[in-house]
Formats: sequence, structure tokens, C-alpha cells
Amino acid sequence: MKNSRLFLLAAVTLTAFVLLPSCNSGSGNSNGGALSGDAASRVYVAPGEYDEFYSFVSGGFSGQLAVYGLPSGRLIRTIPVFSQDAEKGYGYNEETKPMLETSFGFIPWDDSHHPELSQTDGSTDGRWCFINGNNTPRIARIDLTTFETAEILELPNSAGNHSSPFTTENTEYVVAGTRFSVPIPQKDVAIETYKENFKGALSFVKVEPETGHMDVAFQILMPGYDYDLAHSGKGASHGWTFFTSYNTEEGNSLLEVNASQNDKDFIAAVNWKKAEEYLAMGKAKDFPCDYRSNRWDESTQMATSERRTSVKVLIPSECPGMIYFLPTPKSPHGVDVDPTGEYIVGAGKLSADLTVHSYTKMLKAIENESFDGEFEGIPVLKFEEILAGVVKMAGLGPLHTEFDAKGNGYTSFFISSEVVKWNVGTWEVIDRAPTYYSIGHLMIPGGDSKNPEGKYLVALNKITKDRYLPTGPELTQSAQLFDITGEKMELLLDFPTVGEPHYAQGISADRVAPNSKTFYKLEENMHPHAVKSEKETKVTRDGKNVHVYLTTIRSHFAPDNIEGVRVGDKVYFHVTNLEQDYDVPHGFAVMGARNAELLIMPGQTETLLWEPDRIGVWPMYCTDFCSALHQEMQGYVRVSDANSTTPLKWWLGKSE
Amino acid sequence: MSKKWIIVQIVAASLLLLIFLFPIWQITLVAPQYPKGVTLFIWLNKLSGDSPGTIQNINILNHYVGMQYIDEASFKELIYFPYIIISFFVLGIIAALTKKRWIVFSWVALLGVAAIFGVYDFYLWLYEYGHNLSDTAPIKFEGQAYQPPLIGEKYLLNFLAKSYPHIGTGLYAASMLLGGLAFWKSK
Repeated sequence: MKNSRLFLLAAVTLTAFVLLPSCNSGSGNSNGGALSGDAASRVYVAPGEYDEFYSFVSGGFSGQLAVYGLPSGRLIRTIPVFSQDAEKGYGYNEETKPMLETSFGFIPWDDSHHPELSQTDGSTDGRWCFINGNNTPRIARIDLTTFETAEILELPNSAGNHSSPFTTENTEYVVAGTRFSVPIPQKDVAIETYKENFKGALSFVKVEPETGHMDVAFQILMPGYDYDLAHSGKGASHGWTFFTSYNTEEGNSLLEVNASQNDKDFIAAVNWKKAEEYLAMGKAKDFPCDYRSNRWDESTQMATSERRTSVKVLIPSECPGMIYFLPTPKSPHGVDVDPTGEYIVGAGKLSADLTVHSYTKMLKAIENESFDGEFEGIPVLKFEEILAGVVKMAGLGPLHTEFDAKGNGYTSFFISSEVVKWNVGTWEVIDRAPTYYSIGHLMIPGGDSKNPEGKYLVALNKITKDRYLPTGPELTQSAQLFDITGEKMELLLDFPTVGEPHYAQGISADRVAPNSKTFYKLEENMHPHAVKSEKETKVTRDGKNVHVYLTTIRSHFAPDNIEGVRVGDKVYFHVTNLEQDYDVPHGFAVMGARNAELLIMPGQTETLLWEPDRIGVWPMYCTDFCSALHQEMQGYVRVSDANSTTPLKWWLGKSE
Repeated sequence: MSKKWIIVQIVAASLLLLIFLFPIWQITLVAPQYPKGVTLFIWLNKLSGDSPGTIQNINILNHYVGMQYIDEASFKELIYFPYIIISFFVLGIIAALTKKRWIVFSWVALLGVAAIFGVYDFYLWLYEYGHNLSDTAPIKFEGQAYQPPLIGEKYLLNFLAKSYPHIGTGLYAASMLLGGLAFWKSK
């Protein structure tokens, strides 16, 4: 029976995949939905006007975070997070290189999936945006006063940081469940000893309320499942975090089959307040490990990377009452908690139904010890005892749910490529809207918080195909904007995105825009190599290291002529932008630099390392069109033979 | 002079002290790239801007056409104007205490003459800045000067320069007006 059902599901899935593309062959496409005539005006933001919302959309395998205005869908900034960005010098200049340090060394790329805004009392507060690095497990924090990456924390014992970095109600923690279970600590074992040797770590990362600084407070060593997504409780259920799992079969090969056998997998409900108690009681073990904490200091304009060698680990079997398993059908992917905190929605991705658990029923089942066995000391609650309801046959392949402020849930269905709106409480489907194509996450501003701002819904699609003018085999990624103010969802707009838009967060612009900095104050610049005026500029030599203390102001470098550099030197250009006005960055590029350019904001100092390998006179220039005399903003560096005695000299405007 | 008008004269003199709290003049430069404008405030004893970087920013813009650097240190007025105003305050009080109408009148007249000189001095500076241009300026237009208007608005290349008195000047005028009233009404 079970096998035949699986076969049926597979057949339907296959059919859906085969049919999808064929529905839309031919030039252009008519699948705009029933667009009403005024859709354009509803997404039109007149020149000079602002969008109503910021949306922070993950850059997927670009390792970046993109910022779009809604409802226009206009890209307004790309924030480099886990990937080097030659355009901005991020990860290339000396100041930001430490941000990408890990226990594996310097890693110039990652795969970023889930942006998460910081919350206060369950509402987005516009202070920070967190985002996970999937491949080399990390969490980054972006400061929303500067829209710069302010911190990256590596996660020990984790592998594939996917269920991350979902926040608790007051940003006490951002969590990080491992997608891959691995030997902890890592060791050379046969992969087939999976069941015996592999474990999954759930990390709780403490966020310091004033500075936002992150630290791994503790980890929980879980059975060797794959931990997929997470969300924390809110309101009454504040204090709990829910993690979905798949591969409770603990397969280690051909997972598409082997991890899809159990009729139910688990949502792990973690009582983190209880975990804190156990931590305080000294129940945690110190596990030796190796990871990095990288922080950006805005006053010195510099990042530092610090090595950490230990982490506190709690073992569930030694901490009764800390974790329970909620059985949830068919490899649940998303786990989403409604704005009241009562309902926990599990989206069994190989199912057609949504399973909704009740928080109060869960507490009652725990109290009554209505258990259905246990795994590694973690009691499994009886499915029927905790079930609140099922949204039946809503679609195929449910993934994620967000909520509006009117008691509705909106769930994405990857296989049937649609968003389904349903009522929280009656579990009835109200409306469905197709997406083009194969939606993954969806996002309503505040839609995973206590206070959804339910005006728009953004579908973050996995497949683009024919939605835009073709650009060869590789296409842009794609998002779609829906109006959800009415009973029926209305498609308003398609917009292309940078990298794969896994997840996104949205927030009213008025919670972010007023705090946005316009430039850095020069007098607050504590960079050790900053110079505050042209009088202080200089060039110094220390063995093979040459330090050039350079300033920029419209429209010249000081100095702009430098002599006495030798082949084989390491030349550090410490460039301070003396400007103190909004939007007057200067760029810095020098011929033959094998790294990148610098893009220096007003009041900031950045450092480019240049290692000249041949004699000559090499130009440098400003790359960011700064003024009417931008093209004149240039200079020369003379490079002499390694043994030359050309004296170190520098000047500006000396005409002989 | 009756007690009432003596008090009015004392108030008139005291208003002068309030001038220290407000700019006396403001010059705003507006261009497409500066929709909110860049505003320079002139005080009795200092220069300031609508942001801490304003004077630097104006100087950067000015240097393209070869205008001199605006620097507080080049204005001796910023040093002696405060003394003049304090002296006027002291003289105004003395005038009130003498209770003599003609002395009050003389005081008002003195303020009037000083105002004319002040505005003339301001004009000279505007002329100086607008005309004394560097020979090596990157942008040069034959015969073009960059003198902002004394009062009013005028295009200087891409910038619309708006020059208007600020509260400090209003206080000075109010002081004269009250002094004049004390003189006029107390006969």
C-alpha cells in the first residue's frame, strides 16, 4: 500500500515536471494571469518617489544579499556577504579580508539562503538582517544603518547550515540546524557507519542586544537526521524553536529514495528556555572544535577574525524535557508558526497536505506523556494528540507558509507551482494562484512575525524559463509580486533577481530608511592608517613594505606622484576619502593590481595591496565618477629595479 | 521719558544679545544634484552649514571656478563684530538710564549707520569672492563672476544662489524698531 502510494506520487510529480515546460512553449507567453488594467499603476513608483517596503532577498549561490524596493521590484543595492565582490573591494581589501576567514582558511564564496530580520517583541525592528552561509556553515549579520556586513560567525560541528538563521521573538537567538549530519567531532570513518557515527548539531547563536555580536551559546547533539528549516515560537509559544527534519531513515546514499521511505519524519520542538536552565546547571559538555568569529569595527573601519576552540554541547538524553519530536508526514520542509504562536505548520514536501500542529495540544501531550516511543532519549509525541488540523489536498509539494494579518496562511507548492491561500482555523482553501515557475519560498513583509504587514506577497521562484527575453542557456532568477489585500490574490509584477532568491524578508521602509547613514564622520575614523588631511599624507618604507597614506577629495589624490617603489615591494595604499558629503565615494585602481579596486565611502579608509612585479611608471586613477574633473583624478607610481637607489618621494601639484 | 519707554529701550538693547544665538544671514546653493540645497550660515562670530561638512563641500564646489577658500580665519569681522554688538548693548542700556530722548535717538541712528556699514562690508566680501578668481581655475568663463546676490536669488552657472537675512538680522532690526518706538512715543 505504502509503496503504491509512493509510486503514485512519483508519477504525479513526474507528470508535473514534464507538463510544466510544455505548457509554455512558443514565443512570449500568455501566462500573465488575469492581469487587470491597473496592475502597472499599482507597482509604479514615480521618479523620485520611494517604495513602500524594503525587501531583502537572498542571493542564493551568489553569496550575496540583494535589496529590492516593493512594490516596484527595483534592485536598489547588492550587499556582498559571503562572496568577494571586486566591485566594492569586499573580501579583496585588507580591511574586509578577515570577514571571509574560516577554520578552512579564506573562503571567497558561499551559498546564502535565508535572510532574517531582527525582531523586538515579535515584530521586525529594522536593526539587522541575518543570513546563513550554507556550504561552509556560517551566519552573517548585516547592519541596516550602513547596509554592510558587520559580522560573520562560523558554526562548529555543523555541515550545510540550512535551517538558519531564524530568530526568536526578541532576537535572543538566531538558530542554525545542520542539513548534513556528520561525525562529531569529524573523523575518518566509513560512510556506511552513518547510523553509528553521524550526528546533527542544532546551534543556538546568542545575539548581544546592544551590539548585535553573535556567539554560539550552545549546541544540541541530535540524531543523525537532516535538519531542514526552523522557526521559533511567538507569543505563548515564545521559548520554543521548531526544526524540521528529513532522512529520519538515516540513509547516506541515494537519499531521494532512501530518505523518502518513512511515512512521517519529525519536527523537533526545542524548549530553549529549558536548554538555558540545563546550561546554567552545568549540564553542557565542552567540545573542542575550531571556528572563527569575524567582526567589523565601524570605528576602525576594519574587520578582525578571532579563533574559537570550544563549544558547549547539550545531549538530549541527559536533558529530559528539552526536546520533543512532533511526527509530521512526508519529509517536512518548512515549519512556520502563525502570528498568534499557536499553530505550527509543517509542510510535508512529498505530500499534498499541510499538517498543522497545535502548541497547546503539544503542551498537553507532554504533560500527559502521550508518547509514541523515543529516539535517542527524545520522546515522540502522539501525532493525533497534537494535530490541530490538516489543509487537505491543497496542492502538490508544499514548502513554506507565511501569514497575513487577517488569519490566513499562504503556502507555496513547488510541484504544482502555485500559492495557496487558506484559513488558519478552518483549514479551508480560499484561493490559489499559479506561479511561473515552481515557487520555493514566499514572503509577506512581516509574514513570519507576530505582525504581518499583509499587503504584498512575493513568490520566489526556482525556475525562470521563458519569463524574460532569452539570454542564452543561463537565465536570470525570478520573483513575482502579488497583491493580497483582497479575497483573491492578484499577480502584479515579475521581477528578475540576483542569484537564486531562496527566501526574503520585507519591512516597511519607515522602520529602516530614517536610520540609514549618509557618510562616515571623518573625525570618528579610528583606522590606524587613516590620514585626516592632505598635510598628513606620506609614503613610508619598512623593509619591503611600502605604506602609501593617500587621500581623495574632488578631484585629486594626495599625493598623486610617487617614486622610490621597487620591484618586489608590497605596496599598501591606505586611501582615506576626505569627503564629508552624501554620495561622494571615490574609487582607487592601480594598473596591474591582481586583486580589485577600492571603493571608499566619504570618511572611510580602505587599503589595497599592490605587488608590482616589473619596472615602469604605472598609472592609478579614481574609478567612481566623482565630479566634473573625475577624469583628471589620476596619478603615477614609478617602480624601479629591486636594487635601485631611487629615493622615496611623493608630491601633489609640484610643477617644475 | 516715562518708565514704560525706558523699559522698552532696555528690551531693545537686550535684543542685541540674542543675536549671538542665531545666524544673521544665510546663503543657499541649489542645483539638481543638491535638491535640498547646501546652506551656509553667517553668524556674528562664526560660519556654519546645514551639515558639519557644508563649508568643505562649498569650497570643493567653488574650487572648480577658482574661488578662494572660505575660511573663518580670513574674516576679521567675526572677531570684532561681537564686540561691536556688545558695545551697542551697553550703550543702549546707558541711553535708557539717561532717560534722554535725544540719546536714545542717537543710539538708534548709530545702529542704523552700523547696519549700512555692515551690509556694505558683506557686499564687499561677496564681490571679493565672486570676482577674485584663480588664474589656474579648471573651469573658466570669460567675464563670468560668481558673486551671490546681497538679498534675493541669482543663477551662478548651474547653481541657484539664494541669499537672505536670518533671525539675527531680524533681531537687530527689531532692536532698532523698539528703540525708535521708545524715542518716538515718549515725547
